[in-house]
Amino acid sequence: MTQPKKIDVQNLRLSYGPKEVIHGISFHIEPNEIIGIIGPAQSGKTSLLRCINRTIDFTASAKVSGSIKVDGEDVVTTRNVYELRRKIGMVAPLPVGLPLSIYDNVAFAPRTSGMNNRSDLDGLVEKCLRQAALWNEVKDRLDSLGTKLSGGQQQRLTIARALSHQPEILCLDEFSIAIDPVTTMRIEDVLKELKREMTIILVTNLVQQARRLAARTLFLWNGEIIELDTTDVIFSERAKDPRTRDYVNGIFG
Amino acid sequence: MSVPASSTAGLFTETPFIRKKRRTERLAQCLFGAMALAMVIPLLLILGYLVFKAAPLLSWDFLTTNPTNGMRKGGIWSALLGTVYLVVISLCISAPIGVLAAVYLNEYAKDNWFTRIVNLSVVNLAGVPSIVHALFGLGAFVLFARLDRSILAASLTLAIMTMPVIIASTKEALASVPVSFREACWNVGATRWQTIKAIVLPNSISGILTGVILQVSRTAGETAPIMFTGAVFYRNIPEGNVFAYGIKDQCMALSMHLYTVTTQVTNAPEALPYAIAVTLLGTVLLVNATAIVFRVWLRNRKKW
Repeated sequence: MTQPKKIDVQNLRLSYGPKEVIHGISFHIEPNEIIGIIGPAQSGKTSLLRCINRTIDFTASAKVSGSIKVDGEDVVTTRNVYELRRKIGMVAPLPVGLPLSIYDNVAFAPRTSGMNNRSDLDGLVEKCLRQAALWNEVKDRLDSLGTKLSGGQQQRLTIARALSHQPEILCLDEFSIAIDPVTTMRIEDVLKELKREMTIILVTNLVQQARRLAARTLFLWNGEIIELDTTDVIFSERAKDPRTRDYVNGIFG
Repeated sequence: MSVPASSTAGLFTETPFIRKKRRTERLAQCLFGAMALAMVIPLLLILGYLVFKAAPLLSWDFLTTNPTNGMRKGGIWSALLGTVYLVVISLCISAPIGVLAAVYLNEYAKDNWFTRIVNLSVVNLAGVPSIVHALFGLGAFVLFARLDRSILAASLTLAIMTMPVIIASTKEALASVPVSFREACWNVGATRWQTIKAIVLPNSISGILTGVILQVSRTAGETAPIMFTGAVFYRNIPEGNVFAYGIKDQCMALSMHLYTVTTQVTNAPEALPYAIAVTLLGTVLLVNATAIVFRVWLRNRKKW
């Protein structure tokens, strides 16, 4: 029996005004896999993520066609977009600490869905901060401002916030560009742990990061899928498209 | 062993170019500083002159007694209280509507023809001369809505006048909250209102309040809009009672009082107009100072 697909994208097209940036791509993502999405800037990686959690709605000029199904439900026609976004944790490239206390940063999402019991919240906040490898550094100052943390800490806070609504899918959009290599490695270890509980989409500029973490890697270039295969194949001479080989070897990009 | 030319010049040697650069910098600083000073000096001169001229009349009694003897004697109580009524009531009308409309325009409205028309109307309405607002108020509130010439009609007219400015300043304050904060909230499934309540309003409230409170001075100072809609030449009210005016009453106002005393009343004491002006200015400065203190207090709580 085939497992149900976690995310199924069929013939997705996206245009901003007259300019089409994603030209009809199709792929699917299995449950509990880490899929790496690599590709140079302006190739549509972030836009793709924004289509999946429907935050593309906030860009007035954006027009989406084709279908994206999450757990079999079409995200474009779903009636409950807030539940959809809760199902998907999103980590943006630059850390965004909300101007709230560290505790409130993590408790924000559960509260918006009506969770107000203090002891439940306490437990969840601790769990998420532990998962994001931040708990030990902030456990004594949960009341201080999230915005006062260092960049790397804020990025882990952002990850904790993305985990706080207990998503089934975690999207990381170039999460490591603003943080140091040591922290990056720690978060990568965290991701390997999280894989057991959720599906992870790892958009990255660092092709080696995809190589370290992803089971499969998708090479997106100028809004088209050049190649999607297991990471072993993408990063070897067996990659079918010469552009893939050139890109992962740093010859263009 | 010879030393290369570049290192003999050294890091701290004055070259003609560096001297010129520093001279230009000093000149620029002096120029901008002088302009800033040019703003302060006239204000201080005006204030000093007014207070000096008004000194013989200024007293607590002047503020708390009604004018008598055809404005030539007594105080300005009924005018002072009238101005307070007009300012408070008009802001109670314009601030909530203006702020909420601005929240809609900045946070909810899609960029379409309707939004553009609303924004354009706001800008144009803000530029309409106050005398035009006065005539609108006369037609709409006094005559059409049958409010007659009353505090309510005058306050409504003033509210219409200040609302577009409040909308503009509130939008400005809301727009200063980074979009990334909103996106972070939307990403975790928060609705727009949850985002506005938790993040946007708490971080723009100081700017919003500043914009609203600055309208106090404008409301207090305007004469034209209230002249046709509710302010009168003279009215006697019980002294010492702050609820002396009813909402359907006509009232006196400081700005109008100043105008009538200088142009209509003969043989008024020379210090009288100055004393009225000082009271008007004092009231406005008091409100502005409160606004500044409040804003500093809020800014110290700002979280990024």
